[in-house]
Amino acid sequence: MDQKEHIEALKDIRQMMQRSVRFLSLSGLSGIFAGIYALAAAYLAYLKLESGAGRTDARGTLIYLMALALGCLILAIGTAFFFTRKNARKKGLKLWDESARLAFINLSIPLATGGLFAIALIRAGAIGFVAPATLVFYGLALINASRHTFPMIRQLGILEILLGLIAAFVWGHGLLFWAIGFGLLHIVYGLFMYFKFERA
Amino acid sequence: MKEWVHQLNKAFENRVRLGIMSVLMVNEAVSFNRLKELLGVTDGNLASHLRALEKLEYVEMKKTFLDRKSHTTYDVSTLGRKAFTEHLNALESLLKP
Repeated sequence: MDQKEHIEALKDIRQMMQRSVRFLSLSGLSGIFAGIYALAAAYLAYLKLESGAGRTDARGTLIYLMALALGCLILAIGTAFFFTRKNARKKGLKLWDESARLAFINLSIPLATGGLFAIALIRAGAIGFVAPATLVFYGLALINASRHTFPMIRQLGILEILLGLIAAFVWGHGLLFWAIGFGLLHIVYGLFMYFKFERA
Repeated sequence: MKEWVHQLNKAFENRVRLGIMSVLMVNEAVSFNRLKELLGVTDGNLASHLRALEKLEYVEMKKTFLDRKSHTTYDVSTLGRKAFTEHLNALESLLKP
């Protein structure tokens, strides 16, 4: 074996280790769109709250806000699925393999916990803690899943947790922090991933 | 450094075996089908290389039953981990100028 063969062998090893552990079809475009939906939802929520509906019809406003958040989540997941499937096809990889399954499960556990916890907070009337809690749990979910996808997802998770913690202590700007965390950060990281891994 | 440390292991010269070991080094309990999917090789080819690695005691096979269907998974043994790490070190040291 000569030098070139050794380099090839090492490259093979590295690629096989990566591909068997990490789900690399995740498209940056899904992040960009998720961010746009989140910003739109945050804007609609802002308008609703500014109209003073929160005082005149508290129950209706709460349902409106929850419907907004849920709609935003469903749209984001649908779009992520669409772009990620396209990306997997382009790379000739299977969309749903062992690494995708591991990434999904590890993301889902903290995320579902956070969702249920947020419902408990709403029931207890601690509405102000919903934005910080969802940001913190989402960040933990990303860190948990990052071992099975792009390592930069871990960074995003840390930023989400920091934002959530700040929002928990700086009172009364929940919506703003929520818009930064779910809107702006998704767009920034989505753009970065798209140009780094998909355009080139 | 002792000479033998830089010795390449003949057992890992084949690409399929190199692939099997790479996957098993970073994953636990990998199924036969998952290995096949990752390496893109035929059943027979994969089975014969797995058997060779098992014979060397680098790889351990585990059979479990899931809904009455047998499910075979593979893991790297302690010996296999050591041998593969040494092989990697040898590869790297050969590339050093």
